[in-house]
Amino acid sequence: MSNNIKFLQGNEACAEGALYAGLDFFSGYPITPSTEIAEHLSINLPKVGGKYLQMEDEIGAMCAIIGASLTGHKVMTATSGPGFSLKQEAIGYAVMAEIPCVVVNVQRGGPSTGNPTHVSQGDVNQARWGTHGDHSIITLTASNHQDVFAMTVEAFNLAETYRTPVILLFDEVVGHMREKLVMPEQDEIPLVGRLRTDCKEGVDYHPYLPREDGRLPMSDFGGSHRYNVTGLYHDMWGFPTDKPEAVRELCRHLVDKIENNVHSITRFKEYYLDDARTIFISYGSAARPTLHMVESRRRRGERLGLLELQTLWPFPAGLIREKCADARYIVVVEMNMGQIVREVKMAVKSPENVFLANRIDGELITPVDIRKFLRIIQGKGA
Amino acid sequence: MAKPKCKELIINRDWCKGCGICIHFCPTNVLEMDDEDKSVAMRIEDCICCKLCELRCPDLAIDVVAEPKEKETEN
Amino acid sequence: MEDKNYIRERFFPHIWCPGCGHGIVLNNLLRAIEQLKLKKNEIVMTSGIGCSSRISGYVDFHTLHTIHGRALAFATGVKLSRPELKLIVPMGDGDALAIGGNHFIHAARRNIDITAIIMNNRIYGMTGGQFSPLSGYGTRATTAPYTNIDHDFDVVELAKAAGASFVARTTTYHVKEMADILKQAILHKGFSAVEVMSQCPTYFGRKNRLGDAVDMMEHYKNSTVRVGSKKIEKNPDLIERGVFVEKESPEYCSEYDKIIQKAMGTSA
Ligand SMILES: Cc1ncc(C[n+]2csc(CCOP(=O)(O)OP(=O)(O)O)c2C)c(N)n1
Ligand code: SF4
Ligand code: SF4
Ligand code: SF4
Repeated sequence: MSNNIKFLQGNEACAEGALYAGLDFFSGYPITPSTEIAEHLSINLPKVGGKYLQMEDEIGAMCAIIGASLTGHKVMTATSGPGFSLKQEAIGYAVMAEIPCVVVNVQRGGPSTGNPTHVSQGDVNQARWGTHGDHSIITLTASNHQDVFAMTVEAFNLAETYRTPVILLFDEVVGHMREKLVMPEQDEIPLVGRLRTDCKEGVDYHPYLPREDGRLPMSDFGGSHRYNVTGLYHDMWGFPTDKPEAVRELCRHLVDKIENNVHSITRFKEYYLDDARTIFISYGSAARPTLHMVESRRRRGERLGLLELQTLWPFPAGLIREKCADARYIVVVEMNMGQIVREVKMAVKSPENVFLANRIDGELITPVDIRKFLRIIQGKGA
Repeated sequence: MAKPKCKELIINRDWCKGCGICIHFCPTNVLEMDDEDKSVAMRIEDCICCKLCELRCPDLAIDVVAEPKEKETEN
Repeated sequence: MEDKNYIRERFFPHIWCPGCGHGIVLNNLLRAIEQLKLKKNEIVMTSGIGCSSRISGYVDFHTLHTIHGRALAFATGVKLSRPELKLIVPMGDGDALAIGGNHFIHAARRNIDITAIIMNNRIYGMTGGQFSPLSGYGTRATTAPYTNIDHDFDVVELAKAAGASFVARTTTYHVKEMADILKQAILHKGFSAVEVMSQCPTYFGRKNRLGDAVDMMEHYKNSTVRVGSKKIEKNPDLIERGVFVEKESPEYCSEYDKIIQKAMGTSA
């Protein structure tokens, strides 16, 4: 059993989760604070016959994993702020061409080169809207190594299920912190493999025709079905079209396949919500001090609870509405100028009860910080 | 050996865009542009089957079909 | 015609303008592939964005029509993940050498087994005739109304310096040579860069008063010579055609296989 316990960085936990999920092709470009993911995989991928490719920039890395996904591989790239900006055009390509892939962004302070070695959660909206055009996207996050591992596996599963890029939005604290990871046994976490078409050679295969359950079986490049993949609006064979009806259908499909499945995509954790009068909503490293604060004040009888989001996009508005229905105060704890708090305000019945507790100076928000916010919110002074 | 002879010179009129490349570069002046700006083989008997028109056509509109080679005479 | 087996006939006539050199590249690339008797399922054609990049829609291979400038990066992922496939990457000069210049030199440097074809019309065709990094000093374009002060670079020299192990140049006039060079490039194990001078009568031709497609091809005939020709001594302005580099050097995917063996501890 002790064999299965590792003491490592969050970035390594992510790499381990990816290997567990069946990652066999990684491409990246070094950038703090994500680099350890690439380093770990450059060592460990070839040991299992997988491939590590260091490209000339983040754009190239994003493009390379899309190419490798098309030959039937499970693929990932990892980066931080500036690199995540560079990847956006190709992420949009993967959205449009419906290519499963996982993109890790270990957030640091931005904009621009920003605050490279310090924590931030400033890329939440970029993860959602970073690439141009109408689309939807899946974004997961985690606050500890066990969850980093599990969410990384989830990211691969969701990418395959919905034929879409999935963003893993970690942050500098989680990425660099060292803590324990209990490696799950083989088969402990279910894995979703590539859904391949059962069309025989010579039978007309439609790479972009959803089945009744909404999934689109794929065919590996190099296999017996030759088709076209493009970032242009396309028909069910993958050939470009600008017919208004086809454009509308595809645009709807790209959004609906995710937005209509919010329920199945939503991952979260809840602490003490049953009787909570004040509910904190947090995610990533900010959820750690929040939980700490909630537990210590509970001991003194304060009715506090925490809803920790692991799926950030598609935004679980229904879940928030339900869980927060009876809360007097809803406090969103995040390390940005207020990105998730806006969504929460839109989700709940009484947005005037929603408050932001944040920190934006590159330091992890502390239980004391959060407590101060709470006292102000409750009108008890700082 | 007998020179190859052209059996048929097929020009796909739906694909031809009348650029004139085949006409200009034909070494034996076989082709001409018609009133609809499509290339036509006017003097197919002069064709030496070099296939350069076929290879240079940007629209893949030309097919030069050679006469099957005469059997070499036994000696 | 046998090469018709390799096209998606339902999309013809194609979108290119009358006399566009890109069609001649398509024509002779198909002949090269036909003569090599390659199977359709073993070829992946990856292209970017531009008039030239539309070529991938017309061929019956696995086709990956990507984003502007990035075709070689996508192709690198396809190739390294499945080295037994043949990767052919046709690109416009802007696609390959402006926005995609970095990927071009690095794919060459890695010597990954990909055939890159630069369909050089010295202009941005698809966006309507702006100057490209290959237009050259003194030319005109919609964005160089007072003449272009941007210098061009020599694709062959660039590819050589970057480490491509096969480098060649040809033109749309020299069709048999083009098919021959493309055959060699596809067979070559390593990164091959083939520049094909390809006329854009609609923009480069018109803006620079070079006449129609026929005139531009006449110019290719008269302004180029076989590599090593004595004529170049008398007339240094002549452009050399042919194969400039063909050398054996370690190919990236094969090298990575050795890495896997090392990592697995199975190497000798
Ligand atoms: C990121 C990005 N920038 C700009 C464009 C617009 N664009 C499309 S094609 C093109 C240039 C095409 O020129 P070239 O690559 O030389 O190919 P050609 O059309 O001449 O064959 C440009 C600038 C784009 N599609 N994407
Ligand atoms: S070269 Fe082709 S397109 Fe041009 S005129 Fe001749 S047949 Fe027509
Ligand atoms: S095959 Fe040669 S000779 Fe015959 S029409 Fe074509 S270019 Fe002229
Ligand atoms: S604009 Fe130029 S490059 Fe584009 S199709 Fe027309 S002739 Fe060819």
